[in-house]
Amino acid sequence: MMNFGFGILTGLLVLPLVGAAFILVQRGDEAAVNSNARYAALAATVATFVLACVAWYQFDPANPGFQLVETHGWVSDAIKFKLGVDGFSFPFVVLTAFLMPFCILASWTSVEKRVREYMVAFLILETLMIGVFVALDLVLFYLFFEAGLIPMFLIIGIWGGKRRVYASYKFFLYTLLGSVLMLLALMAMYWNAGTTDIPTLLNHHFPSGMQPWLWLAFFASFAVKMPMWPVHTWLPDAHVEAPTAGSVILAAILLKMGGYGFIRFSIPMFPEASAMFAPLVFALSVIAIVYTSLVALMQEDIKKLIAYSSVAHMGFVTMGLFTLTPQGIQGAMFQMVSHGLVSGALFLCVGVVYDRMHTREISAYGGLVNRMPLYAVVFMVFTMANVGLPGTAGFVGEFLTLLGAFKANPWVAFIATSGVILSAAYALWLYRRVVFGEMVKPELMNITDLNRREIVILAPLVILTIWYGIAPGTILDAFAAPTEHLIKNYQAALTAAKTAMLALQ
Amino acid sequence: MYHLIVFLPLIGFLIAGLLGRLIGPRGSEIVTTSLLMVSAALSWVAFFQVGFGSGTTRIQIATWLASADLRVDWAFRIDTLTVVMLVVVNTVSSLVHLYSIGYMSEDPHRPRFFAYLSLFTFAMLMLVTADNLVQMFFGWEGVGLASYLLIGFWYQKPSANAAAMKAFIVNRVGDFGFALGIFLVFVLFGTVAFDGIFPKAGELVTQTFRFVGYEWNALTLTCLLLFMGAMGKSAQFLLHTWLPDAMEGPTPVSALIHAATMVTAGVFMVARLSPIFEYAPVALTVVVVIGATTAFFAATVGLVQNDIKRVIAYSTCSQLGYMFVAMGVGAYSAGIFHLFTHAFFKALLFLGAGSVIHAMHHEQDMRKMGGLRKYIPLTAAAMTIGNLALTGFPFFAGYFSKDAIIESAYASVAHGGFASSYAYVLLVVAACFTSFYSWRLYFMTFEGQPRWAGQGHDAHGHDAHGHDDHAAHGHDDHGHGHDHTPHESPWVMMIPLAVLALGAVAAGFVFKEAFIGHDYEHFWKAALFTGKDNHILHAMHEVPGWVVWSPFVAMVLGFLVALYMYVLRPDVPGKLAAANPALYQFLLNKWYFDEIYDFLFVKPAMWLGKFLWKKGDGFVIDGMGPDGISARVVDVTNRVVRLQTGFVYHYAFAMLIGVAGLVTWYLLARG
Repeated sequence: MMNFGFGILTGLLVLPLVGAAFILVQRGDEAAVNSNARYAALAATVATFVLACVAWYQFDPANPGFQLVETHGWVSDAIKFKLGVDGFSFPFVVLTAFLMPFCILASWTSVEKRVREYMVAFLILETLMIGVFVALDLVLFYLFFEAGLIPMFLIIGIWGGKRRVYASYKFFLYTLLGSVLMLLALMAMYWNAGTTDIPTLLNHHFPSGMQPWLWLAFFASFAVKMPMWPVHTWLPDAHVEAPTAGSVILAAILLKMGGYGFIRFSIPMFPEASAMFAPLVFALSVIAIVYTSLVALMQEDIKKLIAYSSVAHMGFVTMGLFTLTPQGIQGAMFQMVSHGLVSGALFLCVGVVYDRMHTREISAYGGLVNRMPLYAVVFMVFTMANVGLPGTAGFVGEFLTLLGAFKANPWVAFIATSGVILSAAYALWLYRRVVFGEMVKPELMNITDLNRREIVILAPLVILTIWYGIAPGTILDAFAAPTEHLIKNYQAALTAAKTAMLALQ
Repeated sequence: MYHLIVFLPLIGFLIAGLLGRLIGPRGSEIVTTSLLMVSAALSWVAFFQVGFGSGTTRIQIATWLASADLRVDWAFRIDTLTVVMLVVVNTVSSLVHLYSIGYMSEDPHRPRFFAYLSLFTFAMLMLVTADNLVQMFFGWEGVGLASYLLIGFWYQKPSANAAAMKAFIVNRVGDFGFALGIFLVFVLFGTVAFDGIFPKAGELVTQTFRFVGYEWNALTLTCLLLFMGAMGKSAQFLLHTWLPDAMEGPTPVSALIHAATMVTAGVFMVARLSPIFEYAPVALTVVVVIGATTAFFAATVGLVQNDIKRVIAYSTCSQLGYMFVAMGVGAYSAGIFHLFTHAFFKALLFLGAGSVIHAMHHEQDMRKMGGLRKYIPLTAAAMTIGNLALTGFPFFAGYFSKDAIIESAYASVAHGGFASSYAYVLLVVAACFTSFYSWRLYFMTFEGQPRWAGQGHDAHGHDAHGHDDHAAHGHDDHGHGHDHTPHESPWVMMIPLAVLALGAVAAGFVFKEAFIGHDYEHFWKAALFTGKDNHILHAMHEVPGWVVWSPFVAMVLGFLVALYMYVLRPDVPGKLAAANPALYQFLLNKWYFDEIYDFLFVKPAMWLGKFLWKKGDGFVIDGMGPDGISARVVDVTNRVVRLQTGFVYHYAFAMLIGVAGLVTWYLLARG
């Protein structure tokens, strides 16, 4: 099955497209079409998730190499359509497939105009996102990576809020800059290595003088995607204007592409440059953690607050990755998955009240617990996960990245750990202003608690958030083998570089 | 058996929390309380089995985290220290559950309340049974969460919400140190499990570690960082501000969490880590100084408070200081003994205060009480016993444990030097203050002329403490259906008082020999570690006679002054306050800590947040980035290209990059 015909990974890419095609051919009465589009999108995403679970069953977490590999001829002999997953990428494939049905459900009633196009955009987006994580060819990766922008750009620009044009424009502008540089780097890599095959490139030694430039070019793109300080300002605007499901995807998956890029390309392919630039990454990370946490403290818009807190959490990821310690890397990878669940869930929570009140102003709320006790519980669980309470998924990543950072550089850990105080401050303050207190605002008096659809969406996320806090092994162990492999190669490369330096002298 | 002890409360939490609507308040009460009772009974069995029998055992449950050389288990470490804590936690918790059935009987959210209580108990049990630092941290933050939820239980009160947030955030400051301490332990020892850490501590005595620009003795730094966590949780000086505010929670919560169990977690932590602390004399000295300062500081503030719960809260804070002094001078067993006895009499005092508040229809201001002994004699008797135990009246519980601490502080002067003398003096003075504020509380509440509302005006009179919001928590109908005469509480509330009173009387002399006397070795076995040169337990029995008598004299003195000022000459306190307005205000405002912190931390953080948001993100980054580019595009198309931009934000952006570069260089150079 692996080497002839199409494998399971192709299936994951094609299934959403089939759903999209089906929706596009729908004709007739608008209400019927809309309803069909919703159900078709849901069916397609659920089927994709089921297929991802099948793949999970076949996946061997103890193997550090690429699995489920399939190669098909494409542009030329050098540039192939090659797919495959390893422990770093596979959890994100599953996460993407897992979250998509929730996004469709979350948009069930809140999206009313151009339902058909909306669903198509989401399904195409799913294909492109999965593509990013399964691509084993640089060109293919680049295509998926950049093409993913387009549906997101449209989702924000068409179904977004009042300032959607500004937000999508800003989003586009930032990411464009990074892409151009990355494209240049890709070409340089091809000229140097003669191939775009990622597994081959992973074993290719790029000249020491070239590494910093390639590293910086990739960094420009990934740092924007993460986003890292100071190129983060597109994120709050994009989140604020995006529809709920768009925010969920943005926070849960799109942000992870930057981190995935670092672990897939920057660190293993340019180890010397990574060692050289690690302090820069540390500096930007700890600034992000403290700076954006302080900014989050003062936000007046719920979504913006959560967006800023995302930037802070991504700071833990970049910090952890570049510690190049097993705990730091595994923690960072885990943090990305758990942040995907938690921030996605937080945006869904915001969506719940936004659908009812059509405002995101914190001051418009207060005392929701009086009429929405279930909502209060759910929101509390995710708030606690967001502040990294032990026993929730949020703790594991934070703890491991900080531990790794402490090993690598105690200063970094010292500053970054202060983020846990600030995160408690902004998250609890938000919760207090929105949920606690007396219900005095007349327009809130008739607000209703979670309905059945919302319970179906949020309950699995609550369970997973707690489950992965208590038993993170299922995800964490998937990262173990490739992390060990990565660090071994990284250190070998550094030693080789050092020997070469000595030989020259 | 240990699985049952720890997980029964969790089951209670899940049942009451998830099915509370289904089984109703009564069902939730019965389920959680009876599960806790079983847990408590089993804890006593364990106490006698381990305390007077077997040694340390380890029970593995599952693996939590594993990453390369880091391995964190879910596991229990059962030794004498654990079982002492099990007994304390489960006994008080089960009594508080029972008491709450009466105290909370008019609250519409009882299932939630009992669920929280059980959740707290579970987290606390995970903390005390922890086999490694990370599991301890889990319990540590877990009790913090439960405390947050319970302080803010009456979520409609803004003051309760503020207090809950404050408790969580101030504790996070301590946890910041705790977390760094765990990281350092892992770097030094290569493990976070106690079994791996303890035998190796002695080998690292001379090791140093470079941290935030200084070369530290590695063990001293470890202990100081971990102690920072203890200071937060145990409300020690500088991180104490959350505890008095935590009194916004329902009174049973104050008894359980903010008196008997959670706040003693810091003391427990130091005792648990005695194998490390013993090799870090500098850290121990810090512990002594902080403990003694807290004991004194909190006692001074307690002298002038008028809210009955706040007096007891400051008293708790002060007593925790005593325990830390014991830890710091190496008399770990004396500190744990005080923790043990304190749990009984302080829970008794809080529940007694709750009974008073219940009788007074949720009035907490002692200036509106008085003469209550005739109406609620049993409560008055319970409070008397609690006071006698707290102030160290001979043969009551506190007499054995508190005096042991004062004696050990004196005994350590020989090698502890200045810190020990400082501690001894402050502790004796604090003992005098303790006696004064305890009896002041008693006299103002139970003796003298009735000053409460039934004597003329409405029972729900206004007072300065913001307790006029009964309506907010479902007590609005209370009192209107009754007459306004204070009434004794129902039996579900009196039984816990009786049991705790028994403990306050007897816990001292029954367990004295085991904890700090001849049976020390046999009882503690390897649970507490004392270095070769630590002879404090012998030395404290050999202090001069006047040292032994000093706390007693201080106690009598405090009592007499209180008697004079609040019974014989009730006009004196007012005059004294009027004569020393500055001192009085200083004490009444708790040394102005809240104001100082607000000025130093809260306001600047908010200002900085706003500044970074508006100026940093909005003006500089966006100005230079997307908005700036669009402006440039407009410039380019409409006007002549300008080589020099002349825009402020371009320079500002360059500055930002400079800052990043500087930080990078700093990390690089100092790494």
